[in-house]
Amino acid sequence: MTTTTPNAPDSMYRSREGMGVWEHRGKVAAVGIGHSPTARRWDGRPETSVGANSIIALRQAIADAGVPPDQVDGIVLVPVTTTGAYWPSDTPVPQDVVNAFNPTDDPLDGIGQLSAEWLLKNMPELTNVKFTMNAPGCMSAAITVAAQAVGDGLTSTCLVLKGWHNLEGRYNHGGISAADAVPGTFAISPGRTLWGAPGCYGTALQFAEYCRKYGKHHDMMAPFMQNSRRNGLLFPEGYWAQHRPEQLLPEDYLTSRWIAKPANLFDNDIPIMASAAYLFTTADRAQDMAQKPVYILGHASSRGTARSITPTLEEIQAETGSTGRKIYESAGITADDLSFENMYDGFAQFHQFHIEGLGYRGMKFGDALDFYQTDISIEGPNPILPSGGNIGSGRSRFWMHTDCIQQIQGRAGARALTGVKPEIGVSGGPMPMGGNFTVWSATPN
Amino acid sequence: MVKQGVIPDELTKPYWDAANEERLVIQNCSACGRLQHPPARACALCGSGANLEWKETVGRGTIYNYGVVYDCPVASLKEDLPFNLAVIMLEEDPGILFYSHLPGTPVDDVPVGATVEVVFEATANGQKVPEWQVPG
Repeated sequence: MTTTTPNAPDSMYRSREGMGVWEHRGKVAAVGIGHSPTARRWDGRPETSVGANSIIALRQAIADAGVPPDQVDGIVLVPVTTTGAYWPSDTPVPQDVVNAFNPTDDPLDGIGQLSAEWLLKNMPELTNVKFTMNAPGCMSAAITVAAQAVGDGLTSTCLVLKGWHNLEGRYNHGGISAADAVPGTFAISPGRTLWGAPGCYGTALQFAEYCRKYGKHHDMMAPFMQNSRRNGLLFPEGYWAQHRPEQLLPEDYLTSRWIAKPANLFDNDIPIMASAAYLFTTADRAQDMAQKPVYILGHASSRGTARSITPTLEEIQAETGSTGRKIYESAGITADDLSFENMYDGFAQFHQFHIEGLGYRGMKFGDALDFYQTDISIEGPNPILPSGGNIGSGRSRFWMHTDCIQQIQGRAGARALTGVKPEIGVSGGPMPMGGNFTVWSATPN
Repeated sequence: MVKQGVIPDELTKPYWDAANEERLVIQNCSACGRLQHPPARACALCGSGANLEWKETVGRGTIYNYGVVYDCPVASLKEDLPFNLAVIMLEEDPGILFYSHLPGTPVDDVPVGATVEVVFEATANGQKVPEWQVPG
């Protein structure tokens, strides 16, 4: 990709324990939110491309915050937009799509990737952007970097963007998976390798060990799955609400086909096209904007690595426990302060690792599946994933963040928490062994 | 089931050459005495790159965990679905893990914790790859 925008340095992430309370605690706020429409796959039209979707989301976030576009002075984005498929190298980009936008010198910009340069060429109203930065990963990383950038004074009114493109075909089924032979290093590397593991296999393994260790079983996930889809259908920005408004009943879940037993089809989130954007600013400037500020109390990052070819349950739990401690240390809170949680669920079977690591509602390792059998609804005192997450709205890895902001702003609509007052929420992901996490609050302290 | 062929590269050639001789070798850091797998250019613990050597194992382990694959991205394995995909802990160091299709073990009837022994299977291009079997 041709871009002059740098990647965020490691120093912007808080990935160690013992770093203390975040130095900008309560001094950065999220105000505006913007979402594009969702689609299962790209239909090839310019107006539904990842670039067009991202412009829609960015303009909505600016308008939602009530900020003149020329006051925006920063953009943090995730440059990679693929759900798993890349534009075929032997296929030219459709000319009508190229002609619909002001291009950079990379024809895939806006179609199979994003750059700040492309956005600025196609959003002429952004006349004052002086800071741009890439946050490789997903929205959780972009939020972390944007919060740090605003806190550090690198930008004062910053757009935060993540877009996804989803092309035809089943991801990971082409390329090296279809080759007659694979390189020796690849063959014994963690991941799919020549052993034929689908994407959810690693998480399924960890879940299998979890069930053996704690005497649990796959059927105990059914209430979580039903709750996630229910909440997702109350998320008008989400894929299932927009395209397939179908509740997921326990019998649907329990009779679904296996992908990598003990993970079935519904334990995987569905890849989609969608973009989302937020507008971050300083706590001071947020007071004059159109929406209630949601203050960021802290952020933390996980950089765990497995010793061998796949993480063991012991390694997962050590890392999620450490992440929980980093989150609380950064935000200067305890588990008792959390009104709700929105940790990642893009394989449903690792959500319990995240919330057990947090000690959410006093949970210890091995407790979550029993907790799922209690009232985990948005009406109850112990809400689990009120966004519905990625199981409930499709794989974007940003519903959790939007929901935290909307819940605290009082704009979650039919999804509004009624069993607790939404004052402090936590969101983030993706993986238990690697991700970025944010604590959101109704007040700066 | 016949796995995709393997083309040894610089980093992994000793591993694959040993497999063709039906020996299982893994990296060992002589500076800190730690085994590591998969191979890397430096020790993940002490960072030394100059002290990595290849060490032969006794070729025994235990079944640590498994899943059953019903939907596989690898084209050449699809006709064998569903199949076991287990994780083996090496006897010398249970932190060292290997994948295995557990040849001879019925699908989803995997004795977690059982002892297994390494065997070597030819892949599509003749390169042998370590596999693991329950003895007897």
